Amino acid sequence: MIGRDILGIEDLSREDIDTILETAERMQEIGTREVKKVPTLRGRTLINLFFEPSTRTQTSFEIAGKRLAADVVNFSVSSSSVSKRETLLDTAKTLDAMDPDVVVVRHKVAGVPHRLAEVLEAPVINAGDGAHEHPSQALLDMLTVREQKGQIEGLTVTIIGDIAHSRVARSNIYGFTKLGAEVRVAGPPTMLPAHVESLGVKSFTNLREAIEGADVVMALRIQMERLEGACFPSVREYASTFGLDRAKLRFAKEDAIVMHPGPVNRGVELAHELADHRPSVILDQVRNGVALRMALLYLVAGRGGH
Amino acid sequence: MPDSSPSLSAPRARDTTTSATNSVRATERVVLDDQAIRRTLMRMAHEIVESADGLDRLYLVAIPNGGVPLGRVLSDNLESLTGHRPPMGILDTTLYRDDLSSRGSRPQLRRTEMPSSVDDHVVVLVDDVVSTGRTLRAGMDALMDFGRPSHVRVMALVDRGHRELPIKIDYVGKNLPTQPGEKVVFRAEEAGGGEASGLVGELELAVRSEPGLTAEGADS
Repeated sequence: MIGRDILGIEDLSREDIDTILETAERMQEIGTREVKKVPTLRGRTLINLFFEPSTRTQTSFEIAGKRLAADVVNFSVSSSSVSKRETLLDTAKTLDAMDPDVVVVRHKVAGVPHRLAEVLEAPVINAGDGAHEHPSQALLDMLTVREQKGQIEGLTVTIIGDIAHSRVARSNIYGFTKLGAEVRVAGPPTMLPAHVESLGVKSFTNLREAIEGADVVMALRIQMERLEGACFPSVREYASTFGLDRAKLRFAKEDAIVMHPGPVNRGVELAHELADHRPSVILDQVRNGVALRMALLYLVAGRGGH
Repeated sequence: MPDSSPSLSAPRARDTTTSATNSVRATERVVLDDQAIRRTLMRMAHEIVESADGLDRLYLVAIPNGGVPLGRVLSDNLESLTGHRPPMGILDTTLYRDDLSSRGSRPQLRRTEMPSSVDDHVVVLVDDVVSTGRTLRAGMDALMDFGRPSHVRVMALVDRGHRELPIKIDYVGKNLPTQPGEKVVFRAEEAGGGEASGLVGELELAVRSEPGLTAEGADS
């Protein structure tokens, strides 16, 4: 039974994930219609509360809300001004007074959506908190893999990049392991968290070994500005060692798919030749993101009772 | 939504639907067996052929779950009568329901598949059991999102009364007045070969009485 809020994949059971994915699979059909709108959330208000800029996720939630006929308000806050704690709670109270039916939150500090969920009457959906979780991204990744591969159980999923600082990686590790996939993570030792095996994954510093026999290869975005010098000597060195290209992908299964949460640093974590065509399913991920977020909104927004 | 619950239980195996969760034993009587349902569906196909102007523009739209096997059989019958098989769509009405905000949890979505445009077609909505008419209201709203049919008709295997909206049924299999606490259950067994075969397994319609349950409780 899915709870009031969607804060992280860690809190979801396998059954919850199945329910969300099945609901999203039904929602996909609406995106193929001429009239891409159903009246389900008519008269409901969705607030996108983004303390950290994100065009993609915010747009995806906005379109999802609109396809369900909700009124969508985008509320972007610069978190740099006042003392953060005050800003956050003040913002929360202000929002509460506007009676939203669901609040989608992104913040660069882990745990903010959880704190807001305690204060707000409306259910909260985490759209990414620091290096903690990004549940809707992981769910759309699972939806895409299920669409491409039929099922997730028994697959081998390799995630490459900055595992230690990636909320996408963390949420996907929780999700894919819960659904019975073997998850491998790969990157330079500086990007692999200590004791990552305790999450039920295998970790590799050799990309070829990590990719060997994989069904799904997911490259993460490298935050070049932030990480160069800190985690690897140079972007070029990262690209040649851990950047995914056709030659390295040869070690994966023949029908392996390539995923990326976007936006792609072409030629860094993913070669041009892989970014645009099969086996890349990057645009399917984006398309599925809308259906998946419609499912989340349907399952939590305005359920009554408060 | 009271009149949608019978269809929810449609595809389940027979024994799971008869296990009562409360201590009072539920009794069940079969109202229409497989043969009777198939005879009824043949009669209804004749009625549709008789009354429809523009048989070539006929378009069946089944409301899941119960409407789907009924629509399949009806479609077969129409083909054998006219030599022309009408297109059949499947239309889930869940996202158009009027009671979503008053429920604690969200009902499971069922599939929607509309193979072609309904513009200028004579659409026959196919449902298993009609009661309040709220599912059909939702169905008509959903249908309009797929175009502008020239006519919309309704076919139901059973009309159990208790209408709450001004909706009439054009083709009725059987009128079945029911008491509060009674539940009409339509079941369709999965045919061998599964969904893709297009075959329909054994059909059955029963009335289940659960003493102590109110109409509300029986339908939730």
